[in-house]
Order: sequence, then C-alpha cells, then structure tokens
Amino acid sequence: MSAMPTIRSREMRVAHDIPISKTLPFWEGLKQGKILATKCKKCGKLHFPPVADCSCLSSDMEWIELSNEATIETFTHVVVRPATFQHEKPYTVAIGRLKEGVRVLAWLTNFKPSEIKVGMKAKLVAKQTPQGQLTYEFTRPE
Amino acid sequence: MQKVAVIGVGNSKFGNRNDVNVQELAFEAVKQSIEDAGVSPTDIEFVAFGSAGAGAWYEESLPAVTISEYCGLTGAGLVRCEAACATGSAAFFTAYSAIASGYAEITAAIGVEKMRQIDTPTAMEFIGRSGYYTWEFHNFGLTFPAYYALHATAHMAKYGTTEEDLALVAVKNHKYASMNPVAHFQNKITVDDALSSMVIAWPLKLYDCCPITDGAASVILASEEKVKELKIDTPIWVAGIGYSSGTANLSKRLDYVGLEAAVQASRMAYKMAKITPDQVDFANVHDCFTIAEIMAYEDLGFCKKGEGAKLIREGQTEIGGKIPVNVDGGLKAKGHPIGATGCSMIYELTKQLREEAVEKSRQVPLKNYIGLAHNVGGTGHYCYVTILRR
Ligand SMILES: [Zn+2]
Repeated sequence: MSAMPTIRSREMRVAHDIPISKTLPFWEGLKQGKILATKCKKCGKLHFPPVADCSCLSSDMEWIELSNEATIETFTHVVVRPATFQHEKPYTVAIGRLKEGVRVLAWLTNFKPSEIKVGMKAKLVAKQTPQGQLTYEFTRPE
Repeated sequence: MQKVAVIGVGNSKFGNRNDVNVQELAFEAVKQSIEDAGVSPTDIEFVAFGSAGAGAWYEESLPAVTISEYCGLTGAGLVRCEAACATGSAAFFTAYSAIASGYAEITAAIGVEKMRQIDTPTAMEFIGRSGYYTWEFHNFGLTFPAYYALHATAHMAKYGTTEEDLALVAVKNHKYASMNPVAHFQNKITVDDALSSMVIAWPLKLYDCCPITDGAASVILASEEKVKELKIDTPIWVAGIGYSSGTANLSKRLDYVGLEAAVQASRMAYKMAKITPDQVDFANVHDCFTIAEIMAYEDLGFCKKGEGAKLIREGQTEIGGKIPVNVDGGLKAKGHPIGATGCSMIYELTKQLREEAVEKSRQVPLKNYIGLAHNVGGTGHYCYVTILRR
C-alpha cells in the first residue's frame, strides 16, 4: 500500500461471541416480529435498547412491547461503507422517537432519498435478514 | 492545588507517514518538546500517553511502553489514556493532574496515532465501532462521518444551516493548513470543490471530513516552582480544564444540534479560569467534520445556539474576526491522528500564545493572551476543554 519499505505483521482474524442471555427476550421477540424494551420496576424508566440493569442500580426489570409508530428526528445516507458492510448497497440510518418517548437508531428502508424528511412518520418493524441476523428497521407506514 | 505551566511542545509532521513506525513518529514530537522545555528525558517523572487505536490500526498493543523505551523515558510513571478522539486531552489532563495534585514536578503528555498501516475500509470499520458497537454498529454500520451527518441533518432542519455553510468551514481550514508546514493538507480549496466532492455520509461530503492521518504531538508540563528553577522565559499557564461525557447510544441523546458534553466541559473550564467566552482570543475546536466546528461555536458560547453558521458566513472565525478558530488548519486540514490531536491543540495554543506561530501570517492578535482547546471524543461521548493563558 505504499512506496516506502515495510514488513507485514502476522494476520489475525477476530470475532467476538457477545453474551445475550440477560436480554434474550428481546432477541426472541425480534423473531416473532415484536420489539421489546425493558422497564425498571423501581424507578419506572423505560430502556431502549433493552438492559438488564437500570441506571438507578436496580435489576428488577419487566419486558414491555413497544408501539411501532416513530417520528424521524434525523437521518443520513451512508455511501462510503466500512469493511464489513462493503457488500451492502448504500444505506440510510435514522433516529426515530417512539410514542413511548424512547428513541431508536436503525436503518430506514422503502423510501426514496428525496422523500425522507426530519419530522416524518415511519414504522418500526422487527426483521430477520436472509442470513438469519436479527435486526429491526424503520419502514413506510401502511 | 499547584499551578501548572506548559514549558515545552513538539509536533511531528502530520500526514501519510509510512516512512516511520509509531515509535519513530512519537520520537519526532517528544524530542522537540523536551528540547523546547530545556530539560532531559530523565527529568520527566510521569508520562501520560495517549493513543486510541493501539493494536487496531497499528501493530503495537502497548505503545506507551515501546515509545517510553524508545524516547529514553523508561522508569517514569506511565499510563495510556483513552478518550476516543479526545485521547490527547485526556493524557494532557492526566499529566496536568499529576503536578496539580503535588505528586510530580515535571510531566509529559504524549499523543500518537498511526492510522494508515491498514486499508481505508478497515480503518473506517474501527472508527465506526467507536460508539456503542452492539446497538449502533453491529446491524447498522454507522460510520464516523455518519454520526456527525446525523447532527448535520438535524442542524440544517432546525436552524437552516446549509451545505454551503459547511463548505465554508472546509475552505477556511484548508486555507490556514496551506500556511502550516506540519499540516496534512497543503492545498487551498473553493466552496465549489467542497460541494462537488463525493458524498461520504449525506449531507457530509469528502471535503467535510477530516483525513485519516498519522501524527504525534508532545507537551512538557511543570510546577510553578520548577518554572522558576528552570528560568522558563514564557511559561503558558493552564488556566482552566473542564470535562464531561455523553451517552454511548446516540439514540439516548435529547437532541442532535449540539454536544451537551461540550457545553458542560466548557462551562467548567470557563469557571475555573474565571473568564467568559468573549475573553478568549482564539480557539482550536474539534472540527473532525465541518458541522462539528459550527456546533462548537455554539456549544462554547462564541455565539447563540443556532447562529454558528452566521459566524462562519461573516468570517468572524478568521484571523481579524471576532474569534479566530483553527488557524492551524484544524482537524479538517491539519489532520486528525486521533490520539495526538489533543496534544497538537496544546502545541498550537502554546505557539500562538508565545507569539511563535510558525509563519507570521497566521499569528492571531492577542488581547487577553487566552487560548482555548475544545477536544471531543466520539460524537460528544467524551469532551475536554482546556484554557491556556500567558
Ligand atoms: Zn431504575
């Protein structure tokens, strides 16, 4: 990659196994088309992304299914993509605020770029990719 | 608390530095700073080292020790600091604290990054993961330009800031970089060049983004007693340091038109320095992307919220304006070797306050002899604001 002389380091492949046992209902929920958040039984705070432990230090949480109505607060079209997203077409990432007050960051799909505006409505849906990856995205409301 | 002064500064040439390894790159800055201070490596009691990408974009996992050994600093107290893009300021704060607390008399803050030993998509991957990997990168591939693009979109929607306004920041910072021999970019650009450059993460285009840069910067600090003993001509005093942090998930922020951590950090620094924003003669702000410079004007109180674009349109942040900003080229055009940037800001502030700007043409006029450095880590995930006074 350069005209300057170099030696090449040893190559190492890295991937991490990320534990999800404490938030398993969320990942299971995605398979059933549901988007779940956690709510602290002690202080009442609603958490998305879901967490097993609250900032008030209580771990007494309950699972709540979120509505899917979102208002888009901001967005970007990602054209230059990182190494592990090279196979994707350019994608739009948006942050939407749900009726319940929590915000969600996710891809925004099924809109033409020129249609996307701050303040517009979108629907939050759970999704499983053809490769089996569990995710969620904003899409056009019916 | 002991008073602390900057007594020596060094800055390597920034850019594509594949002529040197990370140790050799650090050496360039460390040697300059030690010679500038008029001390020797063995006088330095504690070293706070900053590098964010050790083992990721370059090969060494413990660069603090390899660089200490290489620069003759072995034996000093040693730590590596990480605060993403504010790593250099975190190192500076650590080196400052060691003296302010009374533990040490002479310390060093050394920031280094070697970012160009891997391919660009992999570099973007590492930087993109610098938020909340699980929730914002794993499924959504948010890149660093995209984090700031989310802010640009919101700022444009709320305050009518335009893509031309963003371009003006790039034009200004390229102009000053072309006058700064250590800067990565040496070319001036026009608004049209910026507007017609390729989209990276809309609305940000190539010229809205800082480059991927190799570089090192080093700062030597001393107590008031040592300043007297060493007969330092022009000590530059640390008048105030403020710090704060923001949520890892961008989705947990209350808005996307500013960085709350920067507001909090600057208030803390102003309070410690007992000054108001209008007393600052000039500033180096964290312009990793053009929108970041506009938000910084507002967050630091150089103008009202929403009026940042007006400041750049009116040329108020040029030399001769109300508050010159990034007259070394900023991150945008001097370059942003992540761990080095905070220390490089202190280098520039010190040179300016000593009236030693490398070229007379970019020496800022000084009234109160006060300079401010605003160094943001991530997208307002960390923030340090440092105020220096001659
Ligand atoms: Zn709670």
